[in-house]
Amino acid sequence: MVPILSGRIQTRLFLLALVGSVVTLALVPLLPGQAPLSERYGDAFVLLAAVAVLGIGWELLYHLLMQLRWEKDWPSLFGLLTGVPEGLLLWALLRAGAVPLAGSAPPGWVFAVHFGVVWLAVWLVANGPMRVPFLRWRFRGGRLV
Amino acid sequence: MEYVSAGLPGELTPRLLREPQWTDAMVDEAGIEVRDVPFVSVGGGIGSFVTVNYLRIAGVPADRIAVLSTIDHPWQTYEYLTRVSQIPRLERIRSDSSSRPDNIWGFPSYALAEAWRERTARPLLHVLGEPVFTDYWTPRAGTVFAGLARESARIGYPDMLVKGVVRMVRRRAGGGYFVILTPPAGSTATKRVAYRARFVHLAVGYPGLKFLPDLQAFRETYGDFHHVVNAYEPHEHVYEYLKTTPGTVMVRGGGIVASRVLQRLMDDRARYGLQTEIEHVFRTYVSGAHGPHIGSRRKGGHGFAYQGFNYPKSVWGGQLKARMRRLEGEQRAAEYRRMGGTNTPKRRKWQQQMRTGREAGWYRAFQGTVEEVHPGPETRLTSIVKCGDDTRKIVSDFIVDCTGLEADIADHRVLDDLLTHGGAGRNPLGRLDVERTFEVIGTASGDGAVYASGTATLGGYFPGVDTFLGLQVAAQEITDDLARRGWCDRLGLLRSTSQWIRWALGRPVEGSAAWSRS
Ligand SMILES: Cc1cc2nc3c(=O)[nH]c(=O)nc-3n(C[C@H](O)[C@H](O)[C@H](O)COP(=O)(O)OP(=O)(O)OC[C@H]3O[C@@H](n4cnc5c(N)ncnc54)[C@H](O)[C@@H]3O)c2cc1C
Repeated sequence: MVPILSGRIQTRLFLLALVGSVVTLALVPLLPGQAPLSERYGDAFVLLAAVAVLGIGWELLYHLLMQLRWEKDWPSLFGLLTGVPEGLLLWALLRAGAVPLAGSAPPGWVFAVHFGVVWLAVWLVANGPMRVPFLRWRFRGGRLV
Repeated sequence: MEYVSAGLPGELTPRLLREPQWTDAMVDEAGIEVRDVPFVSVGGGIGSFVTVNYLRIAGVPADRIAVLSTIDHPWQTYEYLTRVSQIPRLERIRSDSSSRPDNIWGFPSYALAEAWRERTARPLLHVLGEPVFTDYWTPRAGTVFAGLARESARIGYPDMLVKGVVRMVRRRAGGGYFVILTPPAGSTATKRVAYRARFVHLAVGYPGLKFLPDLQAFRETYGDFHHVVNAYEPHEHVYEYLKTTPGTVMVRGGGIVASRVLQRLMDDRARYGLQTEIEHVFRTYVSGAHGPHIGSRRKGGHGFAYQGFNYPKSVWGGQLKARMRRLEGEQRAAEYRRMGGTNTPKRRKWQQQMRTGREAGWYRAFQGTVEEVHPGPETRLTSIVKCGDDTRKIVSDFIVDCTGLEADIADHRVLDDLLTHGGAGRNPLGRLDVERTFEVIGTASGDGAVYASGTATLGGYFPGVDTFLGLQVAAQEITDDLARRGWCDRLGLLRSTSQWIRWALGRPVEGSAAWSRS
């Protein structure tokens, strides 16, 4: 899929809500933590929401960068690698206590595993299986509505 | 195949030839056999195939569709053109991993399927790095044909195929159309057969070969079809000759076909230790990145403009697709000019071969306009080439024209008839004017419609028409338009998913002969 701006944002929100939630539901109980499960879920979903909200800003930036490309394309590798700066920024904000509703920052590796697995799963789905139910999505720059 | 059936009844009458709209009685009077099929696709190439594939998957039964064609398999013309233009079955084609004419979803991509089949992650790693660290991964021609054969059986394509040459499409009084087919001699009781259809789809491919004017003049004047060839014609004799006698070939053109021909010449040179010399003439010589500003600059060099596919990638679904959809008239034509133009992918292998040739001096590329070609000395050819202020005489044994496959749409009889009698018009690039839904503007007849896809529609709201993916974009638009008209079901989320599962399992689509047997 070669995205347009609205398609980027829609796809991100949709896949985080769907794939991100499923992955989070499955993963959180496997990750260590002292707090009760419900609280850990709460924190994890706040993180997911933060990826979505910050993501709107990131997508704007990617869209601008894409304008420098002759083909106005966005290679799938970019979609994978942009997880690094996004993860780092989110981690920095968490440490600084700048993410509303988030509890104290989890250990670094727990954050990395959760963020990394969600990112990878969303990227994988966006690069293939997404086209199966949403037949028109790839021809519409990632727009779902 | 023979298409002339002298003496049979059912010929087109002068009245039919004259009248833009026919009544059932007029056709009856002419004694032409009439067959009722609501959806008729003319062509039977990749464009017909992907359209019919969509309709079948959306649930249209095979007996409501007819494909009228001169070929036996949808990939036949494509295979012919790729083979003569130096893409044998084992070579990789131009389009990417998810342009799959045998799979409307584009998933699993060709790379994923190849990785699975050959138990290797290499294609996937390659796709991951493209186009930044590697060239685009593209499938082998043979893989594409094999996939099409499988999908063709799955949707019952052979049951829908009717052999013959389509002569014209005319409006029918009361709605819909008559599609006149000339079947192979001896196969029917009447000379012509009329398909009475509510919807007609035209996917007739390339209207014809186009030759460079000076080469056409040479061929006509000297009757020499041996030394001057078009890359889209069989020209194996050129390569065979060079294996026996050292010689010089002049290559003309800067597109992918020129790259393929160069590859063949250079591969043979290396493989058989030949001494072939190559003179490569570019009418437009691109010496570097070009474009108005930094965000709009295409790579180029050594004569070529470089681009992975024939248009920038986002025309098939990204920003350029969205943008073009809103442009009309001259603005649209200008946008086509900006992003169009002859180009070829910058493949590492080709770069390497050309570098070797340039350094050793046996590959010489330059800008020039050929003014004239004449025979001699001896069996060779002399081209008079204007290079800036200079005029050079270049002697070669062969000239391979790698420039043209695109004749005018009016060179195609059916399209010409549609322009003359059917109400169709031309778009800003002079081709068939189609709506965003691929309906041919001006041809509506009652509750019927004519659609078109493929190269004949270049210049419309969607630019990437003459590619697998573009043909699928058109197929989707057409299927959605037919659903809007209530003729078939809209292919929604659930059906799309369940049909994909059938595809993955290799189960036939419902309503095909294969299905009723399973
Ligand atoms: C050398 C080459 C390489 C290409 N490589 C790629 C690639 O890698 N990827 C990609 O996406 N695209 C590629 N294309 C472009 C395009 O996808 C193919 O050309 C494709 O075959 C076009 O499909 P089509 O249906 O428009 O035409 P075709 O497949 O050519 O089918 C049209 C058919 O209609 C028949 N026909 C015409 N008139 C009549 C009539 N009056 N009655 C009955 N039948 C008729 C013709 O005989 C022909 O068989 C390539 C094209 C060429 C020439």
